[in-house]
Amino acid sequence: MGQTILEKIIQAHSADTVRPGAIVWLDLDIRSARDFGGPNVVKHYQREYGDLPPDPARTFFTFDLCAPACSLKYADNQQLCRDFARRHGLTVFDVDRGVGSHVLIEEGLAAANSTVVGTDSHMNILGAVGSFGQGMGDVDIAFAFRTGRTWFEVPPTVKVTVKGRPHPSASAKDLTLFLLRELGTKALANMAAEFTGPALKGLTLAGRITLCSMVTEMAGIIGFAPEYGPALEKEVRALTGRTYKPFLPDPDADYASLVELDASGLGPQVAAPPSPTQVKEVSALKNVRLDSGFLGSCTNGRTEDFAAAARLLKGRRVKPGFMLKVVPATRRVYDDLLRQGILQALFEAGAIVINPGCGGCAEGHAGLTGKGEVQVSTGNRNFPGKQGQGSTYLAGPEVVAASSLLGVLAGPEDVR
Amino acid sequence: MNRTEFRGRVWVLLDKQGVLIEDIDTDQIFHNAHLHITDLKQMGPLALGNLEGWKDFPSKASPGDILVAGRNFGAGSSRQQAVDCFIALGLTAILAPSFGAIYFRNAVNSGLPVLRSRALEQLVREGRLVSGDTIRVDGLSGRAEVANRAVSYEVLPLSLVQADILQAGNLFLFGKTLQNPGKP
Repeated sequence: MGQTILEKIIQAHSADTVRPGAIVWLDLDIRSARDFGGPNVVKHYQREYGDLPPDPARTFFTFDLCAPACSLKYADNQQLCRDFARRHGLTVFDVDRGVGSHVLIEEGLAAANSTVVGTDSHMNILGAVGSFGQGMGDVDIAFAFRTGRTWFEVPPTVKVTVKGRPHPSASAKDLTLFLLRELGTKALANMAAEFTGPALKGLTLAGRITLCSMVTEMAGIIGFAPEYGPALEKEVRALTGRTYKPFLPDPDADYASLVELDASGLGPQVAAPPSPTQVKEVSALKNVRLDSGFLGSCTNGRTEDFAAAARLLKGRRVKPGFMLKVVPATRRVYDDLLRQGILQALFEAGAIVINPGCGGCAEGHAGLTGKGEVQVSTGNRNFPGKQGQGSTYLAGPEVVAASSLLGVLAGPEDVR
Repeated sequence: MNRTEFRGRVWVLLDKQGVLIEDIDTDQIFHNAHLHITDLKQMGPLALGNLEGWKDFPSKASPGDILVAGRNFGAGSSRQQAVDCFIALGLTAILAPSFGAIYFRNAVNSGLPVLRSRALEQLVREGRLVSGDTIRVDGLSGRAEVANRAVSYEVLPLSLVQADILQAGNLFLFGKTLQNPGKP
């Protein structure tokens, strides 16, 4: 019997027999912890393993939640991790670097066919480069820091084929929101996914990051988009300095189910509160008045995302009184935005430009809402109370840009 | 001591319409405003602090109680505090039709019993499992009952690794029973 992508990656990292439902011991190539989760990883580690060293070639800290520390508690937590890292010679991608999962991709650490864990539920973003990334809690990660392994139940894989071509105005986020609407939180629950079809094959790395990040919101374990062309190979090589040869599924791989969807003519989409699966056409929500917008997050924080927004915002101003917050995913993205004039265009349009990090998701960075405030965000979650007492609509960068100009939810066609 | 059999008074997480709440995410269980907290003792009072209708849960729950939730309980973040806050309150177990994948692992690794049962939805819908009932669960066989109603149902039996970790106490203690984890 053939194997799916995830089964191949797991098999390459385990001596156990890999089949769906089997619990195997999995070797972990890269083990990481953030400023969130990290402090407890350190506490557990020191309590359980004392001075025994983690492997410095494979163990990293990535600070992105509250960067630089905006509260005394986070300052303490980060320093606790830094001290531990210094004692054991571990590398810290510190508060200047941005979203940890993205930094691990940029550094070539999360490479195709690798296994990577960290205290980030969107670590499965790494599926975008064919790596098996998993978010885990601080107990798991502390154990992984020391042993380099974890137990894992091999999930079944679902093959999702998307037929048809979306409308040219639709972004990778619109396609992702479409999948959230169609798949909900049941179709991929506790399973891996392979996304195929013409609309997926053409996705850039940024688009793949957007798609794979929100497999978490579909309740899935990880998603891969195995079809790609030479442009993607070149893009990954240029960014990471490593060749790109991800495992492909066997033709006779065994899938738990086959799902076929049709995205023909798909336009801009928006996920309305209270959950990322409440997806509607932007045209159905045009009267929603907005106070603020957010561009960034691990889901839409690449250069290409800001460039798409800047194309609509350049030479214009956001609606008076509207707050548009911009948070690049990483320092490298920030550098690109500076060099390409994108930051200038966003700044002149009235955007508030903030340093890289996990904005839009949690207390600690930009993108919070006050009671009664309504925001549109390129982030990935809009559960009640998550970003504050306001309400959050999720959309792609073009929708956020167009909405920022008009002060109501709007699609790119409304401002062209 | 057998750590795979459980008995306790249940809290059934219903919404205002009396329906089992699905997709409860970790921000509703333990809000991100408290992610900096690393001390277990401080986590208990914050459990379910952002779940409409259940914000007073920590003052109502007693050690030994069992939580019953809707499908995909613990969706979202990898935060261990969303498990630890229930350990801090002394809960015996959490039952749900399904759990968020990371949440499930976190609970297993911390030694908090999490049990999956499709039967819960129907039992709750039919009023045969309500807050205040006492349930008994044998995690190894999967046999369970609502003790005060003599209603029997089944849960998914614990996997071998889950049972081993529970018996050991947590992942760290289990790891110490292995010569070289993964290569016994």
